[in-house]
Amino acid sequence: MAALYEGYTLCGLVPAQNLSHSGIQGIEQERDSDHVVVTDSTRSVTLYKVSDQKPLGSWTVKQGQSLVCSAVFNSQTKEYVAVSDNRVIRIWKEEDILLDKAFKATVSSDVWRVHCVHGGEPVVLFQRGAVRLLDSLLSAPQQPIEEILVQEEAIRWSTNIVAETQQFVIFTTEQKGDHFLYLQRLNPNTLQRYRLEREEPGLGPLSFSASYRDKHIHLLYLYPNGHVYQSVVSVRGLGTEEGTQALPLPRSLLLSLPVGEGLLEAASAMVLDEAHVAVVGVPHPSAGAGKDFLCIWNTNFQTLQAGKEMAGKIYGQLWCYSNKLFIPHGKTLSVIPFVCPKSSLASALGKLKQAKTEESKAPASVPSWNNILHGEKAQPSRTVETRKTRMSRKTQSTPSLTTDQVLELIKTAPVEDVEKEVEGLLSRSDIQDLQPSVGQLVSVLVSRSLTDPAFYTPSTLAQLVHTQCLCHSVCPDLVLLALEKKDYFLCQLCLQFFPDIPEAVTCACLKAFISMPDTDAEKASLDPDSVSFMETLISRERGQVGLQNGFSPTSYDEDRSDALSGGGDVIKTGAEDKKTTTAPSELICPMGLHKAVLLNEVLQTAYSDNFLLPHLKDLSSQHVVLFLQYLQFLYLKYSQDAFPQMHGLRSPSLTQIMDWVCLVLDAHFTVLVMTPEAKGLLLNLHSFVKSQVRLVSELGKIEGSLQELNKMKVNKDVGQYSIEIIELF
Amino acid sequence: MGEFKVHRVRFFDYMPSAIRAMAFNRQSERLAVARADGAVEIFNFSDNYFQEKVIPGQDSRAVEALCWVDQRLFSGGLNGEITEYDLENLKPRYTVAAYGGPIWTISSNNQGTMLALGCEDGTVKMFEVLAEKVQFQRNFDRQKGRIISLSWHPSGTLIAAGMMDMIRVFDAETGHATHRLLVERGVGASKSREVVVWSVAFLSDHTIISGDSAGKVQIWDGVTGTLLRTHLVTKWDVLALSVSQDQSSLVAGTSEGTVIQFQLISSTVGQQDKEWVRTRTFKNHSHDVRALAHTETAVVSGGMDTQLVVRPLLDKVEKNTQESSLRKIVFPHRSLVCCAKKAGLLLFQFPEHLELWRLGESEGHGKPGDSLTVKTKPEKLIQLKRKGEDHICCSALSPCGGWMAYSTVSSVRLYRLQYNNNNIGITKVSRLPKDLCSVHQLCFSSDSSKLFASSSHSSVIVVALNQQECTYLHTLKPKSSSRQPVHLLFASEDGKWLATANTDCEIHIYNLDKLKLHCTVPVYSSYPTAIAIHPLTSNLVVVHADQQIFEYSLEKKEYTEWSRKLQKLGLHSLWLERDTPVTHITFNSRNPAHIILHDMFMFCIIDQSLPLPEAKTLLYNQMTLRSVPEPERIRHSHAFKICKNFQHLLCVRLLEDHSLVVVERPLLDIMSQLPAPVRQKKFAT
Repeated sequence: MAALYEGYTLCGLVPAQNLSHSGIQGIEQERDSDHVVVTDSTRSVTLYKVSDQKPLGSWTVKQGQSLVCSAVFNSQTKEYVAVSDNRVIRIWKEEDILLDKAFKATVSSDVWRVHCVHGGEPVVLFQRGAVRLLDSLLSAPQQPIEEILVQEEAIRWSTNIVAETQQFVIFTTEQKGDHFLYLQRLNPNTLQRYRLEREEPGLGPLSFSASYRDKHIHLLYLYPNGHVYQSVVSVRGLGTEEGTQALPLPRSLLLSLPVGEGLLEAASAMVLDEAHVAVVGVPHPSAGAGKDFLCIWNTNFQTLQAGKEMAGKIYGQLWCYSNKLFIPHGKTLSVIPFVCPKSSLASALGKLKQAKTEESKAPASVPSWNNILHGEKAQPSRTVETRKTRMSRKTQSTPSLTTDQVLELIKTAPVEDVEKEVEGLLSRSDIQDLQPSVGQLVSVLVSRSLTDPAFYTPSTLAQLVHTQCLCHSVCPDLVLLALEKKDYFLCQLCLQFFPDIPEAVTCACLKAFISMPDTDAEKASLDPDSVSFMETLISRERGQVGLQNGFSPTSYDEDRSDALSGGGDVIKTGAEDKKTTTAPSELICPMGLHKAVLLNEVLQTAYSDNFLLPHLKDLSSQHVVLFLQYLQFLYLKYSQDAFPQMHGLRSPSLTQIMDWVCLVLDAHFTVLVMTPEAKGLLLNLHSFVKSQVRLVSELGKIEGSLQELNKMKVNKDVGQYSIEIIELF
Repeated sequence: MGEFKVHRVRFFDYMPSAIRAMAFNRQSERLAVARADGAVEIFNFSDNYFQEKVIPGQDSRAVEALCWVDQRLFSGGLNGEITEYDLENLKPRYTVAAYGGPIWTISSNNQGTMLALGCEDGTVKMFEVLAEKVQFQRNFDRQKGRIISLSWHPSGTLIAAGMMDMIRVFDAETGHATHRLLVERGVGASKSREVVVWSVAFLSDHTIISGDSAGKVQIWDGVTGTLLRTHLVTKWDVLALSVSQDQSSLVAGTSEGTVIQFQLISSTVGQQDKEWVRTRTFKNHSHDVRALAHTETAVVSGGMDTQLVVRPLLDKVEKNTQESSLRKIVFPHRSLVCCAKKAGLLLFQFPEHLELWRLGESEGHGKPGDSLTVKTKPEKLIQLKRKGEDHICCSALSPCGGWMAYSTVSSVRLYRLQYNNNNIGITKVSRLPKDLCSVHQLCFSSDSSKLFASSSHSSVIVVALNQQECTYLHTLKPKSSSRQPVHLLFASEDGKWLATANTDCEIHIYNLDKLKLHCTVPVYSSYPTAIAIHPLTSNLVVVHADQQIFEYSLEKKEYTEWSRKLQKLGLHSLWLERDTPVTHITFNSRNPAHIILHDMFMFCIIDQSLPLPEAKTLLYNQMTLRSVPEPERIRHSHAFKICKNFQHLLCVRLLEDHSLVVVERPLLDIMSQLPAPVRQKKFAT
């Protein structure tokens, strides 16, 4: 899930008197991700090393001159390019101290901006819409510049994008309230003009952001009413004909942000990746009307992923370079690192869930539908600081590996080291802080385990699953890996904690659990709660059978198995365990304790009938009969009057059991009808269903009569005084 | 049977007062209950929990504790005085100042010779109980902090006193403290607050049991002064304790409204060593349980929510009998409403004031079940505030609406009311006869020419009223030597008879023409709760606390045929199981065979011409009768026409124009006026 980290100040600002403008023209990336060039709105250009929060150099034009656009860094030539006084292009190197002595060239038309993508060639965009590569322009500075835009049309925003090998200059213009998008391709030059659909009258886009992916340019723009639209333009389909006539630009509403009272004034939205948008100057949905928030929204799920309140006025400016957001606010320019890991549905539901106060268990960060549907209010999440984490903070001074280092380590190091380091990492930091990296850790661990058969870290994985920060979609291979490694404890944990296990995997688990030999199962160490639940259930059975029949259960079992062996040993899965043989309609558990525990876990997972049915059909008829016998056993146990109340323990509910019975019957009914051994079973199940149906119909009757009672009870509201007529008979 | 137009009145804002203290007299089976307004009520547990006596309160008297000594009742209050009550004249007999500040508790020893008081100034004061008074004997060692609760050891040699943060055990002979038991404070925020030992109980085996403000019931060894066991029963306060007579059961009342029972039983079967084990929790109150009494068969509790709850202990009573059912006593067992049936006026009696209302009028006609449009709304004509400190004990309105009278324990006031169009004139009648000073019951004759007032020794003072003045006529005295007060008065319509009923269950009939006793109705063992004389037949109808109905012919001086028939057949079991008394009887002048009577949950018209219900017939048969066609109704109908449409009735009257007046006070309305059910902040906590 996306997260905003603690920010830091890059530099102070000298905002305009009325705070209308931050005093920054632009921020451009310099040689690497750690260097930026900041151009202020008047005269100076400053180079910063971001991580050190310190300036490395500064250049100023003379008093009286002014910079018209932000300076860019040409990484090919290691030169800076800026434009002063509309027409003077200045080029200098880092070692140049005085800007006046650097290269200057005056061009024949007013420049709007210079753009330069990292590693690309600088491009000059003129105010009248013409575009030139810097090199070609400088070769003849006074060359005539054509006018693309009509008289009252003015550029509002521009950017430069490299799509594969093609370089594009994208700019938007405004003409009498209409907005147009120009897509200028360089080499070969083509220009396409699009008309933006009108929003409510009088509303023009506040900010634009463009990105390129999958051979399409995605343009994102924010309106003052909080609507964020996306328009997608294919770079392939660009027509060769000159775009004099504007094509309508189709758009889709990506987000509808809450705007609080009134319209947005200084706000901006920026694409972070395919699913995430950073928004500044828009109110936090759960923090009132204040607009000084920086938020990350997931556009796929329309969820707020992270939010941060910014002190001071927000100017609606936002830049993003390599996982750092640059945002001027108040009198400072802050740098806020962020992460946007690949979203899964479960984690995307994210922030809303996190705000839920956890009652007893460790903070779970994987959401459940229940909490979302049943309206947990989104509060700005507060990290639960347990004593453990506080303790670990104290000991943090000892040198230890960062998450990234651990990730690297997992790829190569031996099992013991990995276990040690991951454990160390988990104990050191707050689970909430770690949340984005837990997913990474697990996926790296799983992929290593898959490639390297000798490598497997059951305890570490179990520990990671226990953090409850995981879900199946984060690490889709984990459950199957656990099955493959016969790590049943991990399987159980996954079934318990993952809210989003696909039905196919659930079925795979079911199949594996049913078919595994009991000896294997008994070896596994499982969650003690669920084991003790089954123990109680089974031990009651033993005692009762012994008492009721007056002879030992073993001999009874032998009788039974003898009787059954005549009909074939279809249901004998674990021949070494006599008790696995069935005793139809009797209260004898048809399988071993641990196997039953694991099956219980399967019974309790969430599923949807339609998706589960096809996978259930894969079960063999032997397994189906065994499974049904087990379900029958559970049902009988549950329906006994004296069924022990074990609230604390995880146990499948009667409804879950019935649902599974129905599902399995649905999937295999024809096969079961043909199987002679299943006849008794089917008859029994039929009677269960009948009794349930009867129960439900009785309940329906009661409900009906209660409703009638309710209707009768509606009393007129009698005031202080009334005069009524009554009749006595 | 017929249609009735019913004035359904809900504007009587009657609000019972919270129960503050309780004392149960095991010999006479009387429960004394003190309310927050200072009123003291006596309930007779041997006669269907009938409220036989009410001693009205007084502004300055806040009763904090009650105590029986034999048949004498004492109370102590925050005004620092001990009061003994005169149960025959229903007023305080005398008060004695204890000079120790507010009295928190009062307790007598088993021998009935001594009263111990717990005072605000930290002293336990001993008073000797003498024949006609109580006399101060001495102070015990003065303690720091007030004495909140006291309990005598049954031997009379030791007294346990609950205080702030501790319990002291005193030697009753020397007055010195012998033990100091420190009571732990509550945890958390209440750690800094003193814990108040609201209640203590000293058992004969020297076990001391305490209930405190930290929610604990603690069992102490009184010999060694050690804590044996702590039961944390509530987050709030344990306010009251009561121990059964055999000391095997104990109940504790809490601020949450729960009553928790502890029993002295052995924890393992067959072992001898017994301990106090928490056994049952009763939740019959919404608010603080301030007072408790553990009778032989039941737990009686009362508190802020004003209800007196009798909760039978099912191991002590026979199941599914009347005795085993829960009883809640909410309304007083006497009428607080007077109706001037000729004038259509209602007089409501509050302890502080009287309200006179004129009923509204309706427009047009309607069919059964309809509500008619109200043409003129009911109107409050007079709100009369009482004079003096004493609360109003009874009031009366003449049938014509021209006279109104009320009485406190010290004085009677009579007012002349005049109506000129919309103006109401009220004049106090200044010179009242001297004999008319302390009365228990007031009643006007049907022609409003006479006022009857019951006075001491069951006598009735007759006063003649005319335009300007009132003159003493006569004092009617019964032949019996009963000293009990008259609680019911009824003057017959024709002005010939006056019936009185006193708390000795005697009913006397006076001939008003001759101003002498006509006869005495044979005494029945249960209290008469309502009496009335039929205007045409001059038959006296009496309903008793055990729900029996008698009809007595005044002319023949014998029970009527109908009454004999009723007694022979017996009343229907459902009728006998009702748990509120019939508080008023009237007759229907259109149909002489009709007797109209009501209790809290229903009113009933008894048609004497119809067959009586037999044991197997359906008593509440109105629904059935409604559903069957007309001709068949005869077959199903019986004498008792019971209507439950109106609930929590304070009054049902038949006006001159044959419309019914029902005064309802829904319990929900009372509940909604109670403070929020949280622990009440009380001085000294």
